[in-house]
Amino acid sequence: MNELIWIVPLLPLLGFVFIGTLRNFLPHWLVSLIGCGTVLAAFAASITLFGEVYRARMVGGTGVMTQELFTWISVSDFQVSFRFLVDPLSAIMLLIVTGIGFLIHLYSTSYMHKDPGFAKFFSYLNLFIFFMLLLVLGSNYLVMFIGWEGVGLCSYLLIGFWYKNTNYAKAAKKAFVMNRIGDLGFLIALFFMIAHFGTLEFAGVLGQAKLMVSGDVTLLIITLLLFVAATGKSAQIPLFTWLPDAMAGPTPVSALIHAATMVTAGIYMIARSNIMFTLSPITMQVIAIVGVATAVVAAFIALTQNDIKKVLAYSTVSQLGYMFLGLGVGAFTGAFFHVLTHAFFKALLFLGAGSVIHAMSDEQDMRKMGGLRKALPIAFATMLIGTIAIAGIPPFAGFFSKDEILAYAFVENPIFWVLGLAGALMTAFYMFRLLFMTFSGDFRGTQLQKSHLHESPWPMTVALIILAVLSVLGGMLNVPEALQGHHWLANFLSPVFADSAAVSVPFHLDHTTEYLLMGISTVAALAMALLAYKRYVKSEARPEQLTTDRGLLYRLSYHKLYVDEAYAMLITKPLNNLADIFKKVDVKLVDGLVNRVGKGFLSAGNGIRHLQTGHVSFYIFMMVLGVAGIMLYGLIAN
Amino acid sequence: MDNLFSLLLLPLLSAIALVFVRSDRAKWVALLLSLFNVGLTLPFLLRFDPQGGIQFEQLWVWMERLNVNFHIGLDGISLPLVLLTNGLIPVIIATTDGKRFKGNFYALVLFMQLGLLLVFTALDAFSFYVGWEIALIPIYFICALWGSGDRVATNLKFFIYTFAGSIFMLIGIIYLYQQTPVRSFEWTAFTALNLPDTAQHWIFWAFFLAFAIKIPIIPFHTWQPNTYVQAPAAGTMLLSGIMLKMGIYGLLRWLLPIAPLGVFEYGTLVMILCVVGIVYASLIAFRQDDAKRVIAYSSIAHVGLIAGGVFSLTIDGMQGAMIQMVNHGISAVGLFFVIDLIERHTGSRSLSTLGGLASRAPKLAIAFLILVMGAVGLPLTHGFIGEFLLLKGLFGTAEYGWWYAIFGGLTLILGAVYMLRLFQKTMLGELSEQSSTIKDVKSIDVVILAVLVLFVIVIGVLPNYLLQLSEPSIQNLLQQISFKTA
Repeated sequence: MNELIWIVPLLPLLGFVFIGTLRNFLPHWLVSLIGCGTVLAAFAASITLFGEVYRARMVGGTGVMTQELFTWISVSDFQVSFRFLVDPLSAIMLLIVTGIGFLIHLYSTSYMHKDPGFAKFFSYLNLFIFFMLLLVLGSNYLVMFIGWEGVGLCSYLLIGFWYKNTNYAKAAKKAFVMNRIGDLGFLIALFFMIAHFGTLEFAGVLGQAKLMVSGDVTLLIITLLLFVAATGKSAQIPLFTWLPDAMAGPTPVSALIHAATMVTAGIYMIARSNIMFTLSPITMQVIAIVGVATAVVAAFIALTQNDIKKVLAYSTVSQLGYMFLGLGVGAFTGAFFHVLTHAFFKALLFLGAGSVIHAMSDEQDMRKMGGLRKALPIAFATMLIGTIAIAGIPPFAGFFSKDEILAYAFVENPIFWVLGLAGALMTAFYMFRLLFMTFSGDFRGTQLQKSHLHESPWPMTVALIILAVLSVLGGMLNVPEALQGHHWLANFLSPVFADSAAVSVPFHLDHTTEYLLMGISTVAALAMALLAYKRYVKSEARPEQLTTDRGLLYRLSYHKLYVDEAYAMLITKPLNNLADIFKKVDVKLVDGLVNRVGKGFLSAGNGIRHLQTGHVSFYIFMMVLGVAGIMLYGLIAN
Repeated sequence: MDNLFSLLLLPLLSAIALVFVRSDRAKWVALLLSLFNVGLTLPFLLRFDPQGGIQFEQLWVWMERLNVNFHIGLDGISLPLVLLTNGLIPVIIATTDGKRFKGNFYALVLFMQLGLLLVFTALDAFSFYVGWEIALIPIYFICALWGSGDRVATNLKFFIYTFAGSIFMLIGIIYLYQQTPVRSFEWTAFTALNLPDTAQHWIFWAFFLAFAIKIPIIPFHTWQPNTYVQAPAAGTMLLSGIMLKMGIYGLLRWLLPIAPLGVFEYGTLVMILCVVGIVYASLIAFRQDDAKRVIAYSSIAHVGLIAGGVFSLTIDGMQGAMIQMVNHGISAVGLFFVIDLIERHTGSRSLSTLGGLASRAPKLAIAFLILVMGAVGLPLTHGFIGEFLLLKGLFGTAEYGWWYAIFGGLTLILGAVYMLRLFQKTMLGELSEQSSTIKDVKSIDVVILAVLVLFVIVIGVLPNYLLQLSEPSIQNLLQQISFKTA
């Protein structure tokens, strides 16, 4: 079976090449067939691989399979191969990427139907799946890095898909550049790893790392650099501002790349390298702090946004923050569990939002929506499920994963828990606000829009329904003991996190406290839902009036804490000024000096020319002077 | 045909023949002749043994009394550059506008090829110097006769500047000649010399100045942007695609083995210049309006990294430099070609007037995008292999390695900024008025771009073949250096 691992990424790559080269000749149905078909086939192959791993785990094995294709770069004794690794962690990621990837491809066949760039869209989407699979399947950091940067390219292409809009093109560039800041961290981390471990293979690096002492400086540097990389890809403070702008891309792209898969790459990478992080307590602290701060800040911004996709974008940033909080407090399974459930419910919410936007003739402002429940019953029902799931109300998926993270956070430091809870409350509020503003009340759009309102075609609703079912049941994968569960996911993943578990204090929280924490967060989430209901459904005021109280906090939230403005003032502008100074220095000073030297020779030549007077007597005089000089020199020298 | 002289003779004879071709077909004749030379090159590549040191040597006594020989040969350091030269010359000829240029233009291009090949194959300092100067003359005329703007003054400066640099090298060569026991210009005789410390120091500067101006390393770069901008596209491609590699090649072939103590003494200074140059030139590239000038400054940044790799004195850095010289040649020709195509159709290279070209010229946009990605070093493109190895080399430098790698690594971010800006301002957005006359690429232009793009990806996925060509020779060089400084 392991000889066939390479088939999984090859399929979408072939889809990309085929659609890409024949995009002007293929009919829509064939593009859809190839685009979806290759990903579905990759999903099927992933299921077989997963089955293999699952069987191995059931009989107590580690479930690791590798396949080497060829040596990629070889210089002296440094060698890196195209080598793939399937283990419990990547097996699950494979299912997410190809499974949800397929659903979103399917959805897109309807969503993008009228777009002139239909074939181009599918070729990019297939290319993205290819790179994402490389990222997940790589058995060393360099193959992972190919995927890491490759998905960045696809993200760039798809954010700027409607490239005629200059703002979209700028958003794409911003995403790429911000990601590259992180990527530099990744690259330098690679050099440190090569220098200290002599290899980039996960097995070699992590196998040696686990023998090092906790707090080792090399590990500290490597983990901090890797975390910098993760803040770029997974949109954490301070590199999070590209993700909301990335909403310029078509909505299925937001669902696939900017919610379910690519942005979780940072969590995947850290989970993969967990032992190095566990042995670097300082990095873990930093991750937890950055994670919880991002979770709270992004949730705070989401409270007042009116663009339905912007709310979801900040929500994604916030949820990613929770995952990092989980990593930082050592809840590796919990963080990965949240990657999984978040992929279900956030993909669902984005696709639901896409259905809404589709029905509203491309309107994204929630103030102009309202009352869509009747026209879009399936979108409403599924988005309601997604909202409950993300708000952390049991027994839907988000409750279990979020509570696992919060329980670990509570044990690590109750302040993390309090902040995490605050974020969760805001999450419940802004999500129900979104739901109510969109689906409840009266329709606030134009007559034209109203006449076009329609439920989406079957490929879109099917995707919604499947994701909704997953959002309901996904939590069952890792039900805690306190609720009579068996921690299936934790057991399945245990070999991946075994080294970390061996060196850290086992998690312990008595059941009473655990019930209490669960109770508090559930009641609080319900209370926030109720508050949103009162404000946006019961209240007589129309939503646009509700958002007019311009308090300081409101303005801060509405203007996204002015982070973009601050970056423009503190980084972009000074850098441009410096560039202008350099530009002047280059022409005036450096080149000026060169010209000066040139002119110097020219004028020296002019000066010396006057010595050639043509008077023989002058020459003789100079000669005598010269001879006298030499004689004088001879006398003094002796 | 296994005589290495044939490789040099063909361009010379072709150049002479082309002088007499006055019709519009000159381009095709030149293309055919240069492709024939590619055919001549292949047997050498196939029979080359990377472990075999210097091969295919040819020696012809030139001036017996002075012990001057015409001595050429190939090893792992020169072969990739010979391949690059002979591979790119037909591409460059193919990119030209056949209606605009007559036989004399192509004669100059092929005459330049002769000079370049002589530089890359010479095993005798006299031959090397002759090639070095021969290459300069045709490019001077190409730029001065077919260039635009203030071409005469710009070219005079370029000529005098680079010529002044090579005078120092000439003095160095004559000095070394006098030091050899048997009065010889042979490379083997020069590298066998064990010069005292101080002699190596000033030999270092004599050679370094010549090479640094050619590459160019800041602050010796100011001739470059104006020359690139005012040269005809083919001239710019020759300059940046091939000619600047003469300087880097010179470092590896002559400077490092002759004056390793000088390299030890001033290596840190040069590394700092290289790394500072990357950031400095990148930032200037941010603020240019002329597309050609953006690439010109980006080129300074890129070659700064390459030179840094050489001076890191690590196997990674030097292997990175070898492969990145080839990569940079491919990228530079591709990027300047795209810009030339845009200018031919729209009459403009100004980023503020262009925009939206992708909607009318999708094929051009795709090729441009892949070339841009290669230039910013995206994995699975050729640029990544080069940048990765170069930065790894910088990181492994004996002193201050981390700092070089971090500063040099900024090219990852800064490069993305100016290259994506270039792409966005030309290709994306609404079609601007100036851009409305654009047409998509067709016929031979598609073939050229396809070939270049293919190399971008093939080298990115399978770099080992190229790397293995040069590795033993580079290892040898490193041993030579450590032996002489031990």
